[in-house]
Amino acid sequence: MRDSFIKRLTILAEHDPRIMLLTGDLGFGVLTNYAKQFPRQYLNVGVAEQNMTGLATGLALEGRIVFTYSIANFPTLRCLEQIRNDACYHGANVKVVAIGGGFSYGSLGISHHATEDLAIMRALPDITVVSPGDRWEAAEAAEAIAYTPGACYLRLDKSFAPETRGEQEQFTLGRARTVREGQDLTLIATGGILEVALAVAERLASELLIECRVLSMHTIVPIDHEAIRLACEQTQGIITIEEHSIYGGLGSAIAEVCMDEGWQPHIFRRLALRAGFSSVVGDQHYLRHVYGLDEESLYTLALDSFLAAKGRVKTHDQGELQLQF
Amino acid sequence: MDTATLAKHIRIHALNMTSRGGSSHIGAALSAADLLAVLYGQILRVKPDNPHWEARDRFILSKGHAGAAVYATLAECGFFPVNQLETHYQNGSKLSGHVSHKGIPGVELSTGSLGHGLSVGSGMAYGAKLDEKTYRVFVLLSDGECDEGSNWEAILFAAHHRLDNLVAIIDYNKIQSLAPVAETLALEPFAEKWRSFGWEVVEVDGHDHAEISAALQRVPFATGKPSCLIAHTVKGKGVSFMENTVLWHYRTARGEEFEAAMRELEEA
Repeated sequence: MRDSFIKRLTILAEHDPRIMLLTGDLGFGVLTNYAKQFPRQYLNVGVAEQNMTGLATGLALEGRIVFTYSIANFPTLRCLEQIRNDACYHGANVKVVAIGGGFSYGSLGISHHATEDLAIMRALPDITVVSPGDRWEAAEAAEAIAYTPGACYLRLDKSFAPETRGEQEQFTLGRARTVREGQDLTLIATGGILEVALAVAERLASELLIECRVLSMHTIVPIDHEAIRLACEQTQGIITIEEHSIYGGLGSAIAEVCMDEGWQPHIFRRLALRAGFSSVVGDQHYLRHVYGLDEESLYTLALDSFLAAKGRVKTHDQGELQLQF
Repeated sequence: MDTATLAKHIRIHALNMTSRGGSSHIGAALSAADLLAVLYGQILRVKPDNPHWEARDRFILSKGHAGAAVYATLAECGFFPVNQLETHYQNGSKLSGHVSHKGIPGVELSTGSLGHGLSVGSGMAYGAKLDEKTYRVFVLLSDGECDEGSNWEAILFAAHHRLDNLVAIIDYNKIQSLAPVAETLALEPFAEKWRSFGWEVVEVDGHDHAEISAALQRVPFATGKPSCLIAHTVKGKGVSFMENTVLWHYRTARGEEFEAAMRELEEA
Protein backbone atom coordinates (compact mmCIF):
# COMPACT_ATOMS: atom_id res chain seq x y z
CA MET A 1 0.00 0.00 0.00
CA ARG A 2 2.84 2.31 0.86
CA ASP A 3 4.43 1.81 -2.53
CA SER A 4 1.11 2.32 -4.32
CA PHE A 5 0.64 5.53 -2.39
CA ILE A 6 4.09 6.88 -3.25
CA LYS A 7 3.69 5.89 -6.88
CA ARG A 8 0.44 7.80 -7.18
CA LEU A 9 1.79 10.75 -5.22
CA THR A 10 4.69 10.94 -7.65
CA ILE A 11 2.25 11.26 -10.53
CA LEU A 12 0.27 13.90 -8.67
CA ALA A 13 3.37 15.90 -7.79
CA GLU A 14 4.47 15.88 -11.39
CA HIS A 15 1.23 17.45 -12.54
CA ASP A 16 0.50 19.70 -9.59
CA PRO A 17 3.24 21.87 -8.09
CA ARG A 18 1.04 22.51 -5.05
CA ILE A 19 1.57 18.92 -3.89
CA MET A 20 4.16 18.67 -1.15
CA LEU A 21 5.39 15.81 1.00
CA LEU A 22 6.80 16.33 4.49
CA THR A 23 8.31 13.38 6.28
CA GLY A 24 9.19 13.06 9.93
CA ASP A 25 12.50 11.42 9.06
CA LEU A 26 10.91 8.14 8.01
CA GLY A 27 10.53 6.34 4.71
CA PHE A 28 14.02 4.89 4.28
CA GLY A 29 14.56 3.92 0.67
CA VAL A 30 10.94 4.56 -0.18
CA LEU A 31 10.97 8.32 -0.64
CA THR A 32 14.37 8.60 -2.30
CA ASN A 33 13.12 8.82 -5.87
CA TYR A 34 10.32 11.21 -4.99
CA ALA A 35 12.78 13.44 -3.13
CA LYS A 36 15.19 13.46 -6.04
CA GLN A 37 12.52 14.17 -8.59
CA PHE A 38 10.73 16.91 -6.67
CA PRO A 39 13.19 18.68 -4.38
CA ARG A 40 10.90 21.70 -4.09
CA GLN A 41 7.97 19.50 -3.15
CA TYR A 42 9.72 17.40 -0.52
CA LEU A 43 11.05 18.12 2.91
CA ASN A 44 12.43 15.92 5.66
CA VAL A 45 11.57 17.99 8.72
CA GLY A 46 13.39 15.77 11.18
CA VAL A 47 11.95 13.77 14.05
CA ALA A 48 9.48 16.47 14.99
CA GLU A 49 5.88 15.61 14.24
CA GLN A 50 4.32 18.55 16.05
CA ASN A 51 6.40 20.95 14.02
CA MET A 52 5.75 18.93 10.87
CA THR A 53 2.00 19.33 11.27
CA GLY A 54 2.26 23.02 12.09
CA LEU A 55 4.55 23.57 9.10
CA ALA A 56 2.13 21.68 6.90
CA THR A 57 -0.68 23.94 8.07
CA GLY A 58 1.35 27.06 7.35
CA LEU A 59 2.24 25.80 3.88
CA ALA A 60 -1.34 24.75 3.23
CA LEU A 61 -2.70 28.12 4.30
CA GLU A 62 -0.38 29.61 1.69
CA GLY A 63 -1.89 27.47 -1.06
CA ARG A 64 -0.20 24.09 -0.97
CA ILE A 65 -1.58 20.57 -0.59
CA VAL A 66 0.67 19.07 2.03
CA PHE A 67 1.05 15.39 2.91
CA THR A 68 2.64 14.65 6.28
CA TYR A 69 4.23 11.23 6.34
CA SER A 70 5.37 9.00 9.13
CA ILE A 71 4.63 5.60 10.61
CA ALA A 72 2.25 4.13 13.15
CA ASN A 73 1.07 6.72 15.72
CA PHE A 74 3.74 9.33 15.09
CA PRO A 75 1.90 11.48 12.53
CA THR A 76 -1.39 11.25 14.42
CA LEU A 77 -1.29 10.82 18.19
CA ARG A 78 2.04 12.56 18.71
CA CYS A 79 0.71 15.75 17.13
CA LEU A 80 -3.00 15.31 17.61
CA GLU A 81 -3.54 18.85 18.81
CA GLN A 82 -1.75 20.34 15.82
CA ILE A 83 -4.02 18.27 13.58
CA ARG A 84 -7.09 19.44 15.51
CA ASN A 85 -6.38 23.12 16.14
CA ASP A 86 -4.15 23.98 13.21
CA ALA A 87 -5.15 21.74 10.31
CA CYS A 88 -8.80 20.89 10.98
CA TYR A 89 -9.98 24.17 12.48
CA HIS A 90 -8.45 26.18 9.67
CA GLY A 91 -9.71 23.84 6.96
CA ALA A 92 -6.10 23.53 5.82
CA ASN A 93 -5.20 21.08 3.07
CA VAL A 94 -3.10 18.89 5.34
CA LYS A 95 -3.17 15.19 4.46
CA VAL A 96 -1.87 13.06 7.31
CA VAL A 97 -0.49 9.72 6.14
CA ALA A 98 0.35 6.95 8.59
CA ILE A 99 2.22 3.98 7.24
CA GLY A 100 1.57 0.82 9.21
CA GLY A 101 -2.03 0.61 10.37
CA GLY A 102 -2.92 -1.91 13.08
CA PHE A 103 -0.26 -4.57 13.60
CA SER A 104 1.69 -3.79 10.41
CA TYR A 105 4.75 -3.24 12.58
CA GLY A 106 3.69 -5.96 15.01
CA SER A 107 7.08 -7.18 16.14
CA LEU A 108 8.33 -3.66 16.88
CA GLY A 109 6.15 -3.45 19.97
CA ILE A 110 3.20 -1.45 21.25
CA SER A 111 4.71 1.95 20.38
CA HIS A 112 4.31 0.91 16.74
CA HIS A 113 0.81 -0.57 16.95
CA ALA A 114 -1.67 1.89 15.44
CA THR A 115 -4.74 0.42 17.03
CA GLU A 116 -6.72 3.42 18.28
CA ASP A 117 -6.06 5.87 15.46
CA LEU A 118 -9.35 5.48 13.64
CA ALA A 119 -11.35 6.20 16.79
CA ILE A 120 -9.25 9.19 17.69
CA MET A 121 -9.09 10.72 14.24
CA ARG A 122 -12.77 10.02 13.65
CA ALA A 123 -13.66 12.09 16.68
CA LEU A 124 -12.06 15.22 15.24
CA PRO A 125 -14.31 17.74 13.52
CA ASP A 126 -13.77 18.59 9.86
CA ILE A 127 -11.60 15.67 8.84
CA THR A 128 -11.93 12.88 6.28
CA VAL A 129 -10.71 9.49 7.51
CA VAL A 130 -9.66 6.83 5.00
CA SER A 131 -8.38 3.30 5.52
CA PRO A 132 -7.93 1.45 2.23
CA GLY A 133 -8.21 -2.33 1.95
CA ASP A 134 -6.08 -3.00 -1.10
CA ARG A 135 -3.35 -1.38 -3.14
CA TRP A 136 -5.64 0.06 -5.76
CA GLU A 137 -7.75 1.70 -3.06
CA ALA A 138 -4.58 3.11 -1.49
CA ALA A 139 -3.52 4.79 -4.73
CA GLU A 140 -7.02 6.06 -5.46
CA ALA A 141 -7.40 7.31 -1.90
CA ALA A 142 -4.13 9.24 -2.16
CA GLU A 143 -5.46 11.14 -5.14
CA ALA A 144 -8.95 11.55 -3.72
CA ILE A 145 -7.77 13.10 -0.45
CA ALA A 146 -5.39 15.41 -2.29
CA TYR A 147 -8.39 17.05 -3.88
CA THR A 148 -10.81 16.80 -0.96
CA PRO A 149 -10.78 20.19 0.78
CA GLY A 150 -9.47 20.33 4.32
CA ALA A 151 -7.70 17.90 6.61
CA CYS A 152 -7.64 14.20 5.76
CA TYR A 153 -6.20 11.11 7.39
CA LEU A 154 -4.95 8.17 5.34
CA ARG A 155 -4.12 4.95 7.17
CA LEU A 156 -2.00 2.60 5.09
CA ASP A 157 -1.66 -1.02 6.06
CA LYS A 158 1.20 -3.40 5.36
CA SER A 159 -1.23 -6.18 4.53
CA PHE A 160 -3.65 -5.81 1.68
CA ALA A 161 -6.53 -7.71 0.16
CA PRO A 162 -6.26 -9.23 -3.33
CA GLU A 163 -7.38 -6.81 -5.98
CA THR A 164 -11.08 -7.06 -6.73
CA ARG A 165 -11.47 -3.94 -8.80
CA GLY A 166 -14.16 -4.18 -11.45
CA GLU A 167 -13.32 -3.19 -14.99
CA GLN A 168 -15.16 0.11 -14.98
CA GLU A 169 -15.03 0.63 -11.24
CA GLN A 170 -14.47 4.11 -9.89
CA PHE A 171 -13.22 4.86 -6.41
CA THR A 172 -15.32 7.36 -4.50
CA LEU A 173 -14.55 8.60 -1.02
CA GLY A 174 -17.45 7.91 1.30
CA ARG A 175 -18.83 5.12 -0.86
CA ALA A 176 -18.10 1.57 0.31
CA ARG A 177 -16.96 -0.92 -2.28
CA THR A 178 -18.88 -4.15 -2.62
CA VAL A 179 -15.98 -6.49 -3.26
CA ARG A 180 -18.12 -9.60 -3.12
CA GLU A 181 -21.84 -9.96 -3.64
CA GLY A 182 -24.02 -11.99 -1.30
CA GLN A 183 -27.48 -11.90 0.24
CA ASP A 184 -27.06 -13.93 3.43
CA LEU A 185 -24.74 -11.92 5.61
CA THR A 186 -22.61 -8.78 5.20
CA LEU A 187 -18.99 -8.71 6.29
CA ILE A 188 -17.67 -5.18 6.52
CA ALA A 189 -13.93 -4.60 6.76
CA THR A 190 -11.62 -1.62 6.76
CA GLY A 191 -7.90 -1.79 5.96
CA GLY A 192 -5.84 -4.73 4.80
CA ILE A 193 -7.78 -7.12 7.01
CA LEU A 194 -10.28 -7.04 4.17
CA GLU A 195 -8.26 -10.05 3.01
CA VAL A 196 -9.57 -12.02 5.99
CA ALA A 197 -13.17 -11.07 5.24
CA LEU A 198 -12.81 -12.16 1.62
CA ALA A 199 -11.19 -15.48 2.54
CA VAL A 200 -13.88 -16.23 5.10
CA ALA A 201 -16.62 -15.34 2.63
CA GLU A 202 -15.16 -17.83 0.15
CA ARG A 203 -15.01 -20.56 2.78
CA LEU A 204 -18.56 -19.96 3.98
CA ALA A 205 -19.77 -20.15 0.41
CA SER A 206 -17.85 -23.24 -0.57
CA GLU A 207 -18.36 -25.22 2.64
CA LEU A 208 -21.76 -24.06 3.84
CA LEU A 209 -23.56 -22.30 1.01
CA ILE A 210 -23.64 -19.07 3.00
CA GLU A 211 -23.21 -16.21 0.59
CA CYS A 212 -21.62 -13.23 2.24
CA ARG A 213 -21.56 -9.75 0.87
CA VAL A 214 -18.19 -8.21 1.60
CA LEU A 215 -17.80 -4.46 1.82
CA SER A 216 -14.56 -2.55 1.92
CA MET A 217 -15.43 0.42 4.08
CA HIS A 218 -12.38 2.39 3.05
CA THR A 219 -13.83 5.69 4.20
CA ILE A 220 -14.65 5.88 7.89
CA VAL A 221 -15.55 9.56 7.77
CA PRO A 222 -17.89 10.26 6.04
CA ILE A 223 -19.26 6.73 6.35
CA ASP A 224 -21.51 5.21 3.70
CA HIS A 225 -25.03 5.12 5.18
CA GLU A 226 -26.60 3.64 2.07
CA ALA A 227 -24.34 0.59 2.04
CA ILE A 228 -25.15 -0.02 5.71
CA ARG A 229 -28.87 0.33 5.07
CA LEU A 230 -28.75 -2.19 2.25
CA ALA A 231 -26.76 -4.60 4.40
CA CYS A 232 -29.44 -4.35 7.08
CA GLU A 233 -32.33 -4.73 4.68
CA GLN A 234 -31.02 -7.24 2.17
CA THR A 235 -28.98 -9.58 4.37
CA GLN A 236 -29.33 -11.21 7.79
CA GLY A 237 -27.04 -8.62 9.25
CA ILE A 238 -23.57 -7.27 9.68
CA ILE A 239 -20.25 -8.48 11.05
CA THR A 240 -17.49 -5.92 11.14
CA ILE A 241 -13.78 -6.67 11.21
CA GLU A 242 -10.97 -4.22 11.81
CA GLU A 243 -7.40 -4.33 13.08
CA HIS A 244 -8.21 -1.72 15.66
CA SER A 245 -9.59 -1.35 19.15
CA ILE A 246 -13.21 -2.35 19.68
CA TYR A 247 -13.76 1.18 20.94
CA GLY A 248 -14.64 3.81 18.44
CA GLY A 249 -13.49 2.35 15.14
CA LEU A 250 -15.31 0.82 12.18
CA GLY A 251 -17.70 -1.34 14.20
CA SER A 252 -18.64 1.53 16.46
CA ALA A 253 -19.21 3.85 13.54
CA ILE A 254 -21.53 1.34 11.86
CA ALA A 255 -23.37 0.60 15.09
CA GLU A 256 -23.97 4.32 15.55
CA VAL A 257 -25.43 4.60 12.06
CA CYS A 258 -27.76 1.64 12.64
CA MET A 259 -28.99 2.97 15.98
CA ASP A 260 -29.37 6.53 14.77
CA GLU A 261 -31.27 5.51 11.65
CA GLY A 262 -33.42 2.91 13.37
CA TRP A 263 -32.10 0.07 11.20
CA GLN A 264 -32.09 -3.25 13.00
CA PRO A 265 -29.97 -5.98 11.49
CA HIS A 266 -30.79 -9.46 12.87
CA ILE A 267 -27.11 -10.05 13.33
CA PHE A 268 -24.68 -7.41 14.51
CA ARG A 269 -21.25 -8.46 15.71
CA ARG A 270 -17.92 -6.69 15.86
CA LEU A 271 -14.54 -8.36 15.52
CA ALA A 272 -11.87 -6.03 16.86
CA LEU A 273 -9.22 -5.81 19.58
CA ARG A 274 -10.56 -6.26 23.08
CA ALA A 275 -7.45 -7.23 24.98
CA GLY A 276 -5.83 -3.90 25.81
CA PHE A 277 -2.20 -3.43 24.88
CA SER A 278 -0.85 -6.11 22.59
CA SER A 279 2.40 -6.93 24.27
CA VAL A 280 2.90 -10.31 22.60
CA VAL A 281 5.73 -10.19 20.07
CA GLY A 282 4.87 -11.19 16.54
CA ASP A 283 4.21 -10.13 12.99
CA GLN A 284 0.90 -8.87 11.66
CA HIS A 285 -0.60 -12.26 10.84
CA TYR A 286 0.65 -13.85 14.04
CA LEU A 287 -0.85 -11.09 16.16
CA ARG A 288 -4.16 -11.34 14.30
CA HIS A 289 -4.19 -14.99 15.30
CA VAL A 290 -3.27 -14.26 18.93
CA TYR A 291 -5.87 -11.55 19.31
CA GLY A 292 -8.69 -13.28 17.49
CA LEU A 293 -8.74 -11.33 14.26
CA ASP A 294 -7.77 -14.18 11.95
CA GLU A 295 -9.77 -16.26 9.48
CA GLU A 296 -10.67 -18.87 12.03
CA SER A 297 -12.08 -16.29 14.44
CA LEU A 298 -14.18 -14.56 11.80
CA TYR A 299 -15.34 -17.86 10.34
CA THR A 300 -16.52 -19.10 13.71
CA LEU A 301 -18.18 -15.82 14.60
CA ALA A 302 -19.96 -15.60 11.25
CA LEU A 303 -21.13 -19.17 11.35
CA ASP A 304 -22.32 -19.03 14.96
CA SER A 305 -24.13 -15.77 14.36
CA PHE A 306 -25.77 -17.02 11.23
CA LEU A 307 -26.82 -20.27 12.88
CA ALA A 308 -28.24 -18.38 15.82
CA ALA A 309 -30.30 -16.22 13.47
CA LYS A 310 -31.46 -18.89 11.02
CA GLY A 311 -31.45 -22.04 13.14
CA ARG A 312 -29.91 -24.14 10.39
CA VAL A 313 -27.46 -23.93 7.52
CA LYS A 314 -27.15 -26.16 4.48
CA THR A 315 -23.73 -27.63 3.84
CA HIS A 316 -22.13 -28.11 0.49
CA ASP A 317 -22.49 -31.90 0.60
CA GLN A 318 -26.32 -31.70 0.89
CA GLY A 319 -26.14 -31.99 4.66
CA GLU A 320 -27.29 -29.54 7.29
CA LEU A 321 -25.82 -27.81 10.33
CA GLN A 322 -28.29 -27.13 13.08
CA LEU A 323 -28.17 -24.80 16.00
CA GLN A 324 -27.15 -26.79 19.10
CA PHE A 325 -28.84 -25.87 22.36
CA MET B 1 -3.00 57.44 15.09
CA ASP B 2 0.42 57.46 16.75
CA THR B 3 1.54 54.28 18.42
CA ALA B 4 1.30 55.73 21.94
CA THR B 5 -2.38 56.52 21.43
CA LEU B 6 -2.94 53.14 19.80
CA ALA B 7 -1.33 51.37 22.76
CA LYS B 8 -3.46 53.37 25.18
CA HIS B 9 -6.63 52.44 23.29
CA ILE B 10 -5.61 48.77 23.18
CA ARG B 11 -5.16 48.76 26.96
CA ILE B 12 -8.48 50.49 27.63
CA HIS B 13 -10.33 48.13 25.28
CA ALA B 14 -8.63 45.09 26.79
CA LEU B 15 -9.62 46.15 30.31
CA ASN B 16 -13.19 46.84 29.23
CA MET B 17 -13.43 43.59 27.33
CA THR B 18 -12.04 41.32 30.03
CA SER B 19 -14.00 43.01 32.80
CA ARG B 20 -17.28 43.08 30.91
CA GLY B 21 -16.91 39.46 29.89
CA GLY B 22 -15.47 38.28 33.21
CA SER B 23 -12.51 36.77 31.40
CA SER B 24 -8.87 36.35 32.44
CA HIS B 25 -5.49 37.34 31.04
CA ILE B 26 -5.62 41.13 31.40
CA GLY B 27 -2.01 41.01 32.63
CA ALA B 28 -0.88 39.32 29.41
CA ALA B 29 -2.85 41.74 27.23
CA LEU B 30 -1.38 44.81 28.94
CA SER B 31 2.09 43.32 28.67
CA ALA B 32 1.80 42.92 24.87
CA ALA B 33 -0.03 46.18 24.11
CA ASP B 34 3.03 48.23 23.15
CA LEU B 35 4.43 45.49 20.94
CA LEU B 36 1.11 45.25 19.09
CA ALA B 37 0.82 49.02 18.75
CA VAL B 38 4.24 49.31 17.15
CA LEU B 39 3.71 46.26 14.96
CA TYR B 40 0.38 47.44 13.56
CA GLY B 41 1.21 51.13 13.71
CA GLN B 42 4.60 51.07 12.02
CA ILE B 43 5.90 47.70 10.98
CA LEU B 44 3.37 45.32 9.46
CA ARG B 45 2.45 45.74 5.81
CA VAL B 46 -1.26 45.06 6.04
CA LYS B 47 -4.39 46.51 4.48
CA PRO B 48 -7.37 46.59 6.81
CA ASP B 49 -9.74 47.01 3.86
CA ASN B 50 -8.18 44.02 2.13
CA PRO B 51 -7.27 41.59 4.90
CA HIS B 52 -6.36 38.76 2.48
CA TRP B 53 -4.06 40.94 0.38
CA GLU B 54 -1.55 38.42 -0.86
CA ALA B 55 1.59 40.43 -0.17
CA ARG B 56 0.61 41.27 3.41
CA ASP B 57 2.91 40.46 6.28
CA ARG B 58 1.57 37.56 8.33
CA PHE B 59 1.13 38.14 12.04
CA ILE B 60 0.42 35.25 14.39
CA LEU B 61 -0.42 35.68 18.03
CA SER B 62 0.92 32.43 19.42
CA LYS B 63 0.11 33.48 22.99
CA GLY B 64 -3.56 33.24 22.12
CA HIS B 65 -4.66 34.19 25.64
CA ALA B 66 -3.81 37.82 24.83
CA GLY B 67 -6.56 37.69 22.21
CA ALA B 68 -8.38 40.70 23.65
CA ALA B 69 -5.38 42.88 22.86
CA VAL B 70 -5.22 41.64 19.27
CA TYR B 71 -8.94 42.08 18.69
CA ALA B 72 -8.63 45.62 20.08
CA THR B 73 -5.67 46.33 17.81
CA LEU B 74 -7.42 45.04 14.71
CA ALA B 75 -10.57 47.00 15.48
CA GLU B 76 -8.62 50.20 16.11
CA CYS B 77 -6.80 49.69 12.82
CA GLY B 78 -10.08 49.33 10.96
CA PHE B 79 -10.27 45.58 10.27
CA PHE B 80 -13.74 45.50 11.87
CA PRO B 81 -15.91 47.95 13.81
CA VAL B 82 -14.70 48.96 17.25
CA ASN B 83 -18.13 48.44 18.75
CA GLN B 84 -17.86 44.72 17.97
CA LEU B 85 -15.33 44.55 20.81
CA GLU B 86 -18.26 44.87 23.23
CA THR B 87 -19.29 41.33 22.31
CA HIS B 88 -15.98 39.84 23.47
CA TYR B 89 -16.48 36.68 25.54
CA GLN B 90 -20.27 37.07 25.33
CA ASN B 91 -22.64 34.31 24.31
CA GLY B 92 -23.03 34.24 20.56
CA SER B 93 -19.95 36.40 19.92
CA LYS B 94 -17.22 35.71 17.37
CA LEU B 95 -14.58 37.09 19.73
CA SER B 96 -13.54 34.19 21.93
CA GLY B 97 -11.20 34.48 24.88
CA HIS B 98 -8.37 32.99 22.86
CA VAL B 99 -7.92 34.44 19.43
CA SER B 100 -9.95 32.86 16.62
CA HIS B 101 -9.92 33.59 12.90
CA LYS B 102 -13.50 32.53 12.22
CA GLY B 103 -15.35 35.55 10.98
CA ILE B 104 -12.67 37.96 12.17
CA PRO B 105 -10.80 39.77 9.40
CA GLY B 106 -7.10 40.15 10.09
CA VAL B 107 -6.57 37.08 12.27
CA GLU B 108 -4.23 34.70 10.41
CA LEU B 109 -4.29 31.86 12.87
CA SER B 110 -6.48 30.74 15.74
CA THR B 111 -4.47 29.87 18.80
CA GLY B 112 -5.00 29.24 22.48
CA SER B 113 -3.01 26.13 23.08
CA LEU B 114 0.57 27.28 23.43
CA GLY B 115 3.42 26.22 21.18
CA HIS B 116 1.55 26.17 17.86
CA GLY B 117 2.21 29.57 16.29
CA LEU B 118 5.91 29.31 15.52
CA SER B 119 5.52 26.07 13.56
CA VAL B 120 2.68 27.41 11.45
CA GLY B 121 4.58 30.67 10.99
CA SER B 122 7.64 28.69 9.90
CA GLY B 123 5.50 26.91 7.32
CA MET B 124 4.29 30.25 5.98
CA ALA B 125 7.84 31.60 5.90
CA TYR B 126 9.16 28.47 4.18
CA GLY B 127 6.36 28.76 1.61
CA ALA B 128 7.33 32.37 0.93
CA LYS B 129 10.94 31.31 0.33
CA LEU B 130 9.85 28.58 -2.09
CA ASP B 131 7.66 30.98 -4.03
CA GLU B 132 10.06 33.90 -3.74
CA LYS B 133 7.41 36.01 -2.10
CA THR B 134 8.38 39.03 -0.07
CA TYR B 135 5.96 38.88 2.83
CA ARG B 136 7.37 38.45 6.31
CA VAL B 137 6.01 36.40 9.16
CA PHE B 138 5.87 37.77 12.71
CA VAL B 139 4.99 35.46 15.58
CA LEU B 140 4.37 36.82 19.08
CA LEU B 141 5.08 34.31 21.84
CA SER B 142 4.93 34.47 25.60
CA ASP B 143 7.80 33.47 27.83
CA GLY B 144 5.89 30.72 29.62
CA GLU B 145 4.97 29.40 26.20
CA CYS B 146 8.62 28.59 25.60
CA ASP B 147 8.19 25.69 28.02
CA GLU B 148 6.46 23.90 25.15
CA GLY B 149 8.86 21.59 23.34
CA SER B 150 7.13 22.13 20.01
CA ASN B 151 8.59 25.65 19.90
CA TRP B 152 12.08 24.25 20.01
CA GLU B 153 11.30 21.96 17.10
CA ALA B 154 10.31 25.06 15.13
CA ILE B 155 13.33 27.01 16.37
CA LEU B 156 15.62 24.26 15.05
CA PHE B 157 13.75 24.15 11.76
CA ALA B 158 13.72 27.89 11.06
CA ALA B 159 17.44 28.23 11.64
CA HIS B 160 18.28 25.13 9.62
CA HIS B 161 16.32 26.50 6.66
CA ARG B 162 17.67 30.03 7.09
CA LEU B 163 14.23 31.58 7.34
CA ASP B 164 15.25 35.21 7.60
CA ASN B 165 11.69 36.21 6.71
CA LEU B 166 10.54 34.90 10.09
CA VAL B 167 10.53 37.02 13.24
CA ALA B 168 9.77 35.62 16.68
CA ILE B 169 8.89 38.25 19.27
CA ILE B 170 8.95 37.19 22.90
CA ASP B 171 6.77 39.07 25.34
CA TYR B 172 9.20 38.37 28.16
CA ASN B 173 7.31 39.59 31.19
CA LYS B 174 8.95 37.00 33.47
CA ILE B 175 5.67 35.75 34.95
CA GLN B 176 3.71 32.75 33.82
CA SER B 177 0.38 31.38 34.87
CA LEU B 178 1.09 30.31 38.45
CA ALA B 179 4.47 31.76 39.34
CA PRO B 180 7.49 33.64 38.04
CA VAL B 181 9.20 32.01 35.06
CA ALA B 182 12.46 31.74 36.99
CA GLU B 183 10.75 29.64 39.67
CA THR B 184 8.81 27.47 37.24
CA LEU B 185 11.13 26.46 34.42
CA ALA B 186 14.00 28.88 34.15
CA LEU B 187 14.60 30.14 30.62
CA GLU B 188 17.86 31.97 31.28
CA PRO B 189 20.22 32.39 29.63
CA PHE B 190 17.33 32.93 27.26
CA ALA B 191 18.93 35.01 24.49
CA GLU B 192 21.88 32.65 24.47
CA LYS B 193 19.56 29.71 23.90
CA TRP B 194 18.09 31.33 20.79
CA ARG B 195 21.54 32.34 19.56
CA SER B 196 22.92 28.86 20.06
CA PHE B 197 20.01 27.52 17.99
CA GLY B 198 21.09 29.77 15.13
CA TRP B 199 18.84 32.81 15.52
CA GLU B 200 19.95 36.41 15.55
CA VAL B 201 18.69 38.00 18.74
CA VAL B 202 18.00 41.60 19.68
CA GLU B 203 16.77 42.61 23.13
CA VAL B 204 14.65 45.70 23.75
CA ASP B 205 12.50 47.33 26.38
CA GLY B 206 9.13 46.01 25.26
CA HIS B 207 7.36 49.20 26.31
CA ASP B 208 9.69 51.65 24.60
CA HIS B 209 8.11 52.27 21.22
CA ALA B 210 11.18 53.86 19.68
CA GLU B 211 13.34 50.91 20.67
CA ILE B 212 10.84 48.31 19.45
CA SER B 213 10.30 50.14 16.20
CA ALA B 214 13.98 50.67 15.51
CA ALA B 215 14.65 47.00 16.06
CA LEU B 216 11.77 45.72 13.95
CA GLN B 217 12.54 48.09 11.12
CA ARG B 218 15.81 46.33 10.57
CA VAL B 219 14.63 42.75 10.34
CA PRO B 220 16.14 40.43 9.40
CA PHE B 221 18.71 41.16 12.04
CA ALA B 222 21.12 39.02 10.02
CA THR B 223 20.78 37.77 6.48
CA GLY B 224 20.15 34.05 6.33
CA LYS B 225 19.02 33.80 9.94
CA PRO B 226 15.62 33.99 11.57
CA SER B 227 15.21 36.97 13.89
CA CYS B 228 14.26 36.87 17.55
CA LEU B 229 13.23 40.00 19.37
CA ILE B 230 13.26 39.48 23.11
CA ALA B 231 11.07 42.24 24.46
CA HIS B 232 11.52 42.75 28.17
CA THR B 233 8.09 43.64 29.43
CA VAL B 234 6.11 44.08 32.60
CA LYS B 235 3.09 41.91 33.10
CA GLY B 236 0.05 44.11 33.71
CA LYS B 237 1.91 47.17 32.37
CA GLY B 238 -0.02 50.40 32.81
CA VAL B 239 -2.00 49.55 35.93
CA SER B 240 0.17 49.94 39.01
CA PHE B 241 -1.48 47.27 41.12
CA MET B 242 -1.46 44.75 38.28
CA GLU B 243 2.18 45.19 37.38
CA ASN B 244 4.53 42.30 38.05
CA THR B 245 1.96 40.20 39.85
CA VAL B 246 0.98 36.61 39.28
CA LEU B 247 -2.54 37.40 40.44
CA TRP B 248 -3.59 39.32 37.33
CA HIS B 249 -2.90 36.48 34.95
CA TYR B 250 -6.32 35.13 35.87
CA ARG B 251 -8.10 37.76 37.98
CA THR B 252 -10.81 39.92 36.48
CA ALA B 253 -11.02 43.58 37.47
CA ARG B 254 -14.45 44.42 38.89
CA GLY B 255 -16.03 47.27 40.83
CA GLU B 256 -13.51 49.56 42.49
CA GLU B 257 -10.60 47.65 41.03
CA PHE B 258 -11.96 48.19 37.55
CA GLU B 259 -12.55 51.91 38.21
CA ALA B 260 -9.05 52.39 39.60
CA ALA B 261 -7.43 50.51 36.71
CA MET B 262 -9.42 52.45 34.11
CA ARG B 263 -8.47 55.75 35.75
CA GLU B 264 -4.79 54.89 35.49
CA LEU B 265 -5.07 53.84 31.85
CA GLU B 266 -7.05 56.90 30.85
CA GLU B 267 -4.72 59.29 32.64
CA ALA B 268 -1.60 57.75 31.18
